[in-house]
Amino acid sequence: MADALIEFRNVNHIYGKGTQQEWDALIDVSVSIRPGEFVAVLGHNGSGKSTLAKHANALLLPSSGCVLVDGMDTRDEETVWDIRQRVGMVFQNPDNQLVATTVEEDVAFGPENLGVPSPEIRRRVDEALLAVDMLEYRLHSPHQLSGGQKQRVAIAGMIAMRPKCIVLDEPTAMLDPVGRQEVMQTVRRLNEEENITVLHITHYMDEAIFADRILVMESGRIALEGTPAQVFSQVDTLYKLQLDVPQMTALAHRLNKRGFSLPADTLTVDELVNQLCQ
Amino acid sequence: MSITVENLSYVYLPDTPMQKQALFDVSVHIDDKEFVGIIGHTGSGKSTLIQHFNGLVKPTSGRVLVDGVDLTQKGVNLRAIRRKVGMVFQYPEHQLFGETVFEDVAFGPKNSGVPDAALEDRVREGLAMVDLDLDVLRERSPFELSGGQKRRVAIAGVLAMKPAILILDEPTAGLDPRGRDEILSQVQSLYQAWDLTVILVTHSMEDIARMAKRLIVMDHGRIALDGTPQDVFSNADKLRSMGLGVPQVTTLIHELHRRGLVQRRDIFTLDEAESEITRVLELKRHGNA
Repeated sequence: MADALIEFRNVNHIYGKGTQQEWDALIDVSVSIRPGEFVAVLGHNGSGKSTLAKHANALLLPSSGCVLVDGMDTRDEETVWDIRQRVGMVFQNPDNQLVATTVEEDVAFGPENLGVPSPEIRRRVDEALLAVDMLEYRLHSPHQLSGGQKQRVAIAGMIAMRPKCIVLDEPTAMLDPVGRQEVMQTVRRLNEEENITVLHITHYMDEAIFADRILVMESGRIALEGTPAQVFSQVDTLYKLQLDVPQMTALAHRLNKRGFSLPADTLTVDELVNQLCQ
Repeated sequence: MSITVENLSYVYLPDTPMQKQALFDVSVHIDDKEFVGIIGHTGSGKSTLIQHFNGLVKPTSGRVLVDGVDLTQKGVNLRAIRRKVGMVFQYPEHQLFGETVFEDVAFGPKNSGVPDAALEDRVREGLAMVDLDLDVLRERSPFELSGGQKRRVAIAGVLAMKPAILILDEPTAGLDPRGRDEILSQVQSLYQAWDLTVILVTHSMEDIARMAKRLIVMDHGRIALDGTPQDVFSNADKLRSMGLGVPQVTTLIHELHRRGLVQRRDIFTLDEAESEITRVLELKRHGNA
């Protein structure tokens, strides 16, 4: 596919090759992420979803096959920094990602390392903090922030590098409901308004509802792929893959088993209310 | 075994510029064999509150009584209290340290004086309660297990102490849906099998609605709501103003109630919603026929 931003071509990844613990984490995975797309990746622990994500910016390299980012092969050592500038990652633990003593210094860390001139860094830091709605905290110390705020600062640190894509590896797993909402609103706004491509790995089905496309991983392969409506309407398959479906989808599914005929792709409270009150 | 909290206040770092009051005049009684859920957003004081329950934190003022013993009295045997009040912290797997699963799970009971001959049974039973088999895992390093297994080994270490009160601080954080379900159903069967008092701190309204018979909602260092899940979730607007949600099912039922489809508002689990909606839809179908 010519217009892919990230392209996985027959990617295999083997952990601990040649040891007793040898384990195929990815098996012949081929998928393309288009510019501006919001892709959610679901799958239970050990399904390979984090391994897939870490291939998107050369944190891991394929055992065979290849990953192309903006046309650059991640195995090429010459281009690894270009790739990491284009694809930034946010991890699960908000306490492990911030390095500086103030929020703005932390956000400036990335562009400084890229050799961006000072006035430009100032501008980028302010823009990035504005984009995640954290500008008023720019002089705060990161350890005074809530989990959701820390994750937003981590996201700002990537935005300041002007990436084309952000990869989020369970960024809300350690947050409370308010923090989760803050982070998800921020990510959705960056995708919709700044046209940043998003690859979002999560265990929360309700975070995947808003994606353009969902990939479901199982035993190192992509088991299901499609729009949220297409994927979540396969309730029994998802249960077999040890995943949940959104609560409203589950309820519609149960009611249908009792002889009603609600659309299988019901995802939200509003949709179900409207269908039931017809 | 019961816990009584009387006029408890707690101030972090008193007399410093960082001084912060985390609890304000909290009074609550948790009865023997109750299953209580504690909810509240980050910073609401819920973790500070539960850390008082086994004397990890001392009240700035007020009293905490466990099984009638006042933990604030001088000379109280806190070790004995901590044997009875088992505390599973957030991300308990970060506290694993043993070279083998056996060593790790046996550490607590061994230090509390359980004789070597009885240790084996304690470890076996603790592991069995979280669906792990001592014979399979005995010599394994806890660090080479999967994330969900590590967490269960850490919980087994607390269970091997045979506590009378089990406190769990967000035991499902960061787990996948299967891991969440496993841990929660194990807590449920422990509650029944061991006649425990269980206190579960969580962010998941769906889970707590299903499991606990009583919910305590913390907000800004005070108890904002205390009652059955029915009572608590009927205050949907108040919960939202505290940065908490209600189960999605409750949001649905309230909207259906507003539109006149259902009469009840006190529904918060999928099972109940399924049967109530089925009931009204069938009535409607008959009415139209």
